[in-house]
Amino acid sequence: MKRHVRKWSRRKETLFIGLCIVSLAVPLCLLFAMLIDVALDGISRIDWQFLTSYPSRRASSAGILPGLVGSAFLIVLTAVISLPMGVGAAIYLEEYGERGRLANLIEVNIANLAGVPSVIYGLLGLEIFVRFAGLDRSLLAGALTLSLLVLPVVIMATREALRVVPKTLREAALALGATRWQMVWRVVLPMAVPGIMTGAILSISRALGETAPLVVIGALTYVSFLPQDPMSAFTALPIQIFNWVSRPQAAFLENAAAAILVLLVVLLLANVVAIVIRNRYQKRIG
Amino acid sequence: MNLGLGLTRKLAGRRATPPVESIIRLFLLGFGVISVITTVGIIYVLAAETFLFFSDVSLADFLFDTEWTPLFADKHFGIWPLLGGTFLSSFIAALFALPLGLLGAIYLSEFAPERIRKIVKPMVELLAGIPTVVYGYFALVFLTPALQNVVPDLSGFNALSPGIIIGIMIIPTIASLSEDAIYAVPVNLREGAYALGASRLSTVFHVVLPAARSGILASVTLAVSRAIGETMVVAIAAGQQPRLTLDPRVPIETMTAYIVKVSMGDTPTGTLEYRTIFAVGATLFLLTLVMNVITQRFARKYRGVV
Repeated sequence: MKRHVRKWSRRKETLFIGLCIVSLAVPLCLLFAMLIDVALDGISRIDWQFLTSYPSRRASSAGILPGLVGSAFLIVLTAVISLPMGVGAAIYLEEYGERGRLANLIEVNIANLAGVPSVIYGLLGLEIFVRFAGLDRSLLAGALTLSLLVLPVVIMATREALRVVPKTLREAALALGATRWQMVWRVVLPMAVPGIMTGAILSISRALGETAPLVVIGALTYVSFLPQDPMSAFTALPIQIFNWVSRPQAAFLENAAAAILVLLVVLLLANVVAIVIRNRYQKRIG
Repeated sequence: MNLGLGLTRKLAGRRATPPVESIIRLFLLGFGVISVITTVGIIYVLAAETFLFFSDVSLADFLFDTEWTPLFADKHFGIWPLLGGTFLSSFIAALFALPLGLLGAIYLSEFAPERIRKIVKPMVELLAGIPTVVYGYFALVFLTPALQNVVPDLSGFNALSPGIIIGIMIIPTIASLSEDAIYAVPVNLREGAYALGASRLSTVFHVVLPAARSGILASVTLAVSRAIGETMVVAIAAGQQPRLTLDPRVPIETMTAYIVKVSMGDTPTGTLEYRTIFAVGATLFLLTLVMNVITQRFARKYRGVV
């Protein structure tokens, strides 16, 4: 009788584990099926002409050059704006943040901001940067909007990286008479830089795929020129994809698939770089 | 940068803070305050435009009209079709993601060998790294045609397919955060249960999961909040037709998709149409804010327990 019960409970356990594995496999398999599908749809469209042409009413001669260049400009500007702000805020919270009310307020606030939908940041950017600051639908307005969007993530990632630096090093620096900033600048930051870089690349690369905020601030969908400076109008790769997906003709869907492949490859490269940096860093600490 | 300056000592054993230090400190604080300004900015922008919106449209119309047609000649401003669309797609997403994400989390933390856990967890997190516009393409071009073979009368634009895709998107949120919560349950609780003769399954269900409850709930509310705010998937694949329905097979429109639709139409500033996106945005913001506050309450509780 007892053995029977035990056997049943073991069978139940095996069944349950099977169910769990299926639950993990379903979304992963779906994702891989979809990735393969988009690769098959898009790969034949990718060639030099596709990468170096402007959008066109004819799907077969359209390309993603303005989107690629726009996205590159956008991401560099976003990094330049959000990195100092994010790292600075993180240093304040980790290294200076006497558990005061202000530090606490900033902390709760960052957690809340991370949960605000990206399309809302678009509305913010539209009113503040595009209209109020008069930046119009420029690269700069887009980059500022994206910077605010990724800021909470950059701050959180940087704090993680700062926390990895052993406390004893800080204490040693302070004991030797360093000021707080000397300690941060000469001891903590040099050790944390690879970790900060990894976190920053991962969080800022997410801005590459952001579409909704850029649509809301009014990024263009049909651009036949390359941006010259931060005040230029622009389009971006995800906007181009959205534009092509929204068209009924199958030929444009094929273009969308090809552009998606390019976007995913760029994202993959960013992630590989981040992982390489992280691995090197781990080796050094070990 | 010359940092060797200012190591003057005022009193024995007490160091005066050099001016450079205070300036740097203020600078860093300023960066932190930017995030607070961002929040204030969001609230101000939404509130100001929504206020103007309600000077033209009565709150009663907004809350009790069942039609949303601000771009038509016969204008109606009832939020319900958009709220309903958001509710429907998020509900489908949660229905799909909740069991899968939770079971996945239980497996990864309780049953999977360490080796597998180390490989699978990043793979699951990969699901969250795919841009949403790409997921939109998947919903429209891959999943909807596939589902049309199974679901009769499934329209080319519908709530079902984007709902499922959003579900896939939010699985990492549920799985990863719940896994952290389950993993953090102290081992001696499990050992106590085993010592009392409980099987692994009943230990999981009667001891571990209840102990990890607030962490799991936090992951779920956060995931639902993401689903509510998700934009591109529904903008691409759900159809842009505001409709008060619970039928997942027909085209609908969510709050987020409406904002995108109007933004693409180049609506001039100061018009009522322009203000509608802020009124809708404010509603969306309030909804996600409530979810986030609940999330943080659960998260605090969970950190308090562990």
